[in-house]
Amino acid sequence: MTTTIAAPTIAGAPHSDRPATRLRWAVSDTLTITRRNLLALTRIPEALFFSAVQPIMFVLLFVYVFGNAIKTPGSSYVNYLMAGVFVQTVAFGAVSTSVGLAEDLQKGLIERFRALPMARSAVLIGRTTSDGVRNIFVVVIITVVGLLVGFRPTTGVIAYIAAILLILLFAYSLSWGFAMIGLSAANAETAQVMSFPLLFPLTFVSSAFVPVASMPTWLRGFATYQPFSVTISACRALMIGGPTATWVIQSVAWTVGFLILFIPLSSWRYRTRT
Amino acid sequence: MQHAIEAEALAKTFTGKHEVRALDGVSFAVEEGTVFGLLGPNGSGKTTAVRILTTILKPDGGRARVLGYDVTEKANLVRSLIGLAGQYAAVDENLTGRENLRMVGNLNHLSRPDVARRTTELLEQFDLVDAADRPLKTFSGGMRRRLDLAAALVARPTVLFLDEPTTGLDPQSRNDLWEVIESLVGGGTTVLLTTQYLEEADRLASTLAVLDHGHVIAEGTPEALKADLGATVLEVGLDSIDDAARTAELFQALGPHTPLLNGTVVEVTVDSGPTSAMAGLRSLDQEGIVPAAFTLREPSLDDVFLALTGRRTEDETESTDEPGAAGRRRARRRAATEALPIVTGELS
Repeated sequence: MTTTIAAPTIAGAPHSDRPATRLRWAVSDTLTITRRNLLALTRIPEALFFSAVQPIMFVLLFVYVFGNAIKTPGSSYVNYLMAGVFVQTVAFGAVSTSVGLAEDLQKGLIERFRALPMARSAVLIGRTTSDGVRNIFVVVIITVVGLLVGFRPTTGVIAYIAAILLILLFAYSLSWGFAMIGLSAANAETAQVMSFPLLFPLTFVSSAFVPVASMPTWLRGFATYQPFSVTISACRALMIGGPTATWVIQSVAWTVGFLILFIPLSSWRYRTRT
Repeated sequence: MQHAIEAEALAKTFTGKHEVRALDGVSFAVEEGTVFGLLGPNGSGKTTAVRILTTILKPDGGRARVLGYDVTEKANLVRSLIGLAGQYAAVDENLTGRENLRMVGNLNHLSRPDVARRTTELLEQFDLVDAADRPLKTFSGGMRRRLDLAAALVARPTVLFLDEPTTGLDPQSRNDLWEVIESLVGGGTTVLLTTQYLEEADRLASTLAVLDHGHVIAEGTPEALKADLGATVLEVGLDSIDDAARTAELFQALGPHTPLLNGTVVEVTVDSGPTSAMAGLRSLDQEGIVPAAFTLREPSLDDVFLALTGRRTEDETESTDEPGAAGRRRARRRAATEALPIVTGELS
């Protein structure tokens, strides 16, 4: 450590103002950040474990404890439930986008990123992308657990994959919304606390666990047409049949709407957060 | 000689619950290949200055150039030429040392073989080879700081910013890090470092600026600064206030600086520690005063402030620091006024 560290022969990092090079670098920066987030995920296996355990518990709880008390005309309760569990799980998973960003801010990593010649967009796109990849893992686990407790999709493989894609895209758009929370919160704990009051009404006042028809009339409108319910209905139709197009269109509309709203908002928040 | 860093009348105000003028017309210039120290207590504006110079923050007024490039107009170019390390710029807890360095290399767009080469080189230079593939959670504070510094060097920056590089480290790790920084400077890198320790600035920097409430209140070589100040502080604890008052009178004879009486403690800055200590003890002995404690120490930032402004460094952290980084700041506050004793003797 006492030896002289030689003066750099090639000084500094490469620099270019060519749009093509800048674009290539932006893609590589995003991949670097995505990989870094996924690597971190494997370093905290507990976190991954619990993100899988929670939906499993929900499946078991609702199927075996509440299931017999809930009437779902036209299908078995487990077939009715699964679409709700998928959407609920990825929605709760989106909280990790806000927590992850709040943590990076808190620990000064974003400060380091800002002083690097990397693309500004890579931090947010990398974060939402790695959370999307984690969601793929989560939906596979839920599918397996569902099949084990008697979930039987009736519409074929292609419709099932379409349902999964719909869920993943919806989750991705939610991630951008939660990025906004993470970039506004003082720390990771606050980011988490701020997220749940949004999530609870949206997941429980929905068609996820009980048919909306069993709710009081004044609640049914919200419970049917709010974005989570719409996506759950679309997903349910794609998995076990029923009117499909109207729900899918509404769900995709929410997804696109969230992206149009939250990508610029989060990017602005990222730029202005000091 | 060309200037590697130039700041001209930099100004920055943070708005929020309390409006804070963090920088109020700060100017300085750093010659290429030298070490420049920004010295000041918490909240004096050091970190804000570094954040502007490293393109993280935009100034409200004034301008800054790094290697001739304006930091706001040519931000991305500047980023490819600088390195930032220290208290703030963090490393990723969940990755290993090697993965951290690789990530920074990739984000600097170095070629793949170059990333691998720089990673290996730096791990060796910073004595981190054994720990390279362990997660950072197992790293000591000193190791983290070394890795942080290594990360700042991946892209071979010509200008390096070190924001309080040793705050919070134990003396041994601090010494190790000083050696690393010295060897970097020997290699021709221009360094701007901020610190709360006069000793650190003295050892590493060839030029200093002292910051107070966003103003530069003194600038020059550490030697010149210390000559104004006196090289050593003599601190004597007495048993009674009367003895202390008498001692303060006697110590008038020791030099140009006025002794300070603070309860039963008398403090005086002197040019030559040992000579003044002997003279001081002799005069006390003649008067039959027996000191309870007797310390010779290097002047601290606190003493510099006292000499320059006539007041001590206050804890300005809550009111005048910038918003949004409260947690990281806690540890630094403790270190603000401490000085390293050279000789301490109990004479009671």
